[in-house]
Amino acid sequence: MHYILEILPSLLSGAGMTLKIFIWTLIGSLPLGLVVGLGLMSNIKPLQWLLNFYVWLMRGTPLLLQLIFVFYGLPLIGIVFPRYYAALFAFILNYAAYFAEIFRGGLQSIDSGQYESARVLRLSYVQTIRKIVIPQVIKIVLPSVGNEVINLVKDSSLVYVIGLGDLLRAGNVATARDVTLVPLVLVAVIYLLLTAVTTFILGRIEKHYSSWK
Amino acid sequence: MLELKNITKQFGSRTIIKDLNLTVKDGEILSIVGPSGAGKTTLLRCITGLEKVNAGEFLVDGKAFDPYTNRSNDSVIGVVFQNFELFPNLTVMQNITLAPTMVLKQSANEAQEQAQVLLDRLDLTDQADQYPFQLSGGQKQRVAIARALAMKPNVLCYDEPTSALDPNLREEVEKLILGLKADGMTQIVVTHDLTFAENIADDMFKVETNKTK
Repeated sequence: MHYILEILPSLLSGAGMTLKIFIWTLIGSLPLGLVVGLGLMSNIKPLQWLLNFYVWLMRGTPLLLQLIFVFYGLPLIGIVFPRYYAALFAFILNYAAYFAEIFRGGLQSIDSGQYESARVLRLSYVQTIRKIVIPQVIKIVLPSVGNEVINLVKDSSLVYVIGLGDLLRAGNVATARDVTLVPLVLVAVIYLLLTAVTTFILGRIEKHYSSWK
Repeated sequence: MLELKNITKQFGSRTIIKDLNLTVKDGEILSIVGPSGAGKTTLLRCITGLEKVNAGEFLVDGKAFDPYTNRSNDSVIGVVFQNFELFPNLTVMQNITLAPTMVLKQSANEAQEQAQVLLDRLDLTDQADQYPFQLSGGQKQRVAIARALAMKPNVLCYDEPTSALDPNLREEVEKLILGLKADGMTQIVVTHDLTFAENIADDMFKVETNKTK
C-alpha cells in the first residue's frame, strides 16, 4: 500500500498526459472527420481522389510509424513540431481518417427522400445538413465512433515512441526501476477506469438519441 | 392557376415526357393517372422542382416560373411524398415549424401558433410532441400535409397518397383532400388508383407510355 501511494503521483501525471491527448484528439478529429466524410461524398472528382488518398495513407500505415514520421521526419523538410504537438497532429490526422469513413457510411444511409423533402421545403444545403442530416448520422454512427473512442484511450500509449511521458510509460519506468509488476497492474486499473468513464458517457449520449427512431 | 407548356423530360436518350401541356385551375383538384412506369412521378418531380425539365415552361398566374431553381421566399409548390419523408429526429411540431422559421424567417412563436392551427385542423392536436415513429400511417400523412401547408404553397402535390396506407383509409384521404379543396387549396394528385382519382378530381390527366403515343 505504501509503495502504491509512492508511485501513484507519477502514474497520475502520466494519466494526465493520456487524457490530454485523448480529449484534444477527439476535439480535433471528430469535426475534421465529418468534413472529410462530406467531402468523400462530393461530386468533385479531384477532391474525392485527394481525400481517398489521405484516408488510404492514414489507415494503411501504423499510427506508430506516423508518429515517428511527424516527429523525426517532418523536421527534415523544415517542419518542426514540439513532441506534444507532433503527437496531437499525428493522432488527429489518423483518427479523422477513421471517423471520415464512419461518417461516410452514416451519410450514405440517409435516404435521398430526406434531402428531397428538405429541398421542396426550400431549406439550404447547410440547413439540411445541420438540422436533418447530422442528427440522424450521429445516431447511426454512435456505436462505431464509440469503438474508436475506446481505442483512442489505449492508442494514446503509442506516444512513448517520441518520448512523451504518458500513463503506460510512467508504469514501465516504475516497473523497470523497482523490478515489480505492481505499477503495471495499477496502469491496467487506471486504463479500465478511463474506459469505464468513457463507456458511461457514450451510453448517456446514446440514450439521449434514443428518444426517436 | 398553374400551367405547363410543352414540357419535355428526357433521361439520357430516353424521353419520358414529350411536349406535355397541362393546366391546373385555382381551387381545383387535378388527378394525374396512368400505369406505373408511364412517367407520372417524373412529371410530378418536374412540377415540384426535383427534376430539371429539358424543354418547356411553367406559368403561375400567367407568370413564368422555374420550379427547379425557385429559391425565393414565395412558396409555390408544396409536396406530400409517397413515404411522407418526415424528419425522424424532429417532433411533429418541429417538423412543421422548421422550414417556416429557417426559410420564411418566422419567429418561433409565430410558426408554432400557425402550426397549432394546422394541427387542430388536421386532427393532430395530441400528436404535437410525438416523434414520427410513434405515429400511424394516416397521422404521418397528415403531418406531411401540415408541414407542406405551413409554407403556404399555391399548389399542393401528392405522390400516390393512398399507396402507403391501409386500404380502408382511402376514404379518409378522399375526405381530407376534398376538405382542403373546400378551404380553397389547389391540389395535384398523382395516383394509379382510378376510383380514388374519380372520387376526388375535378379534372383528370392521363399519362400514357410513350410507345403508345
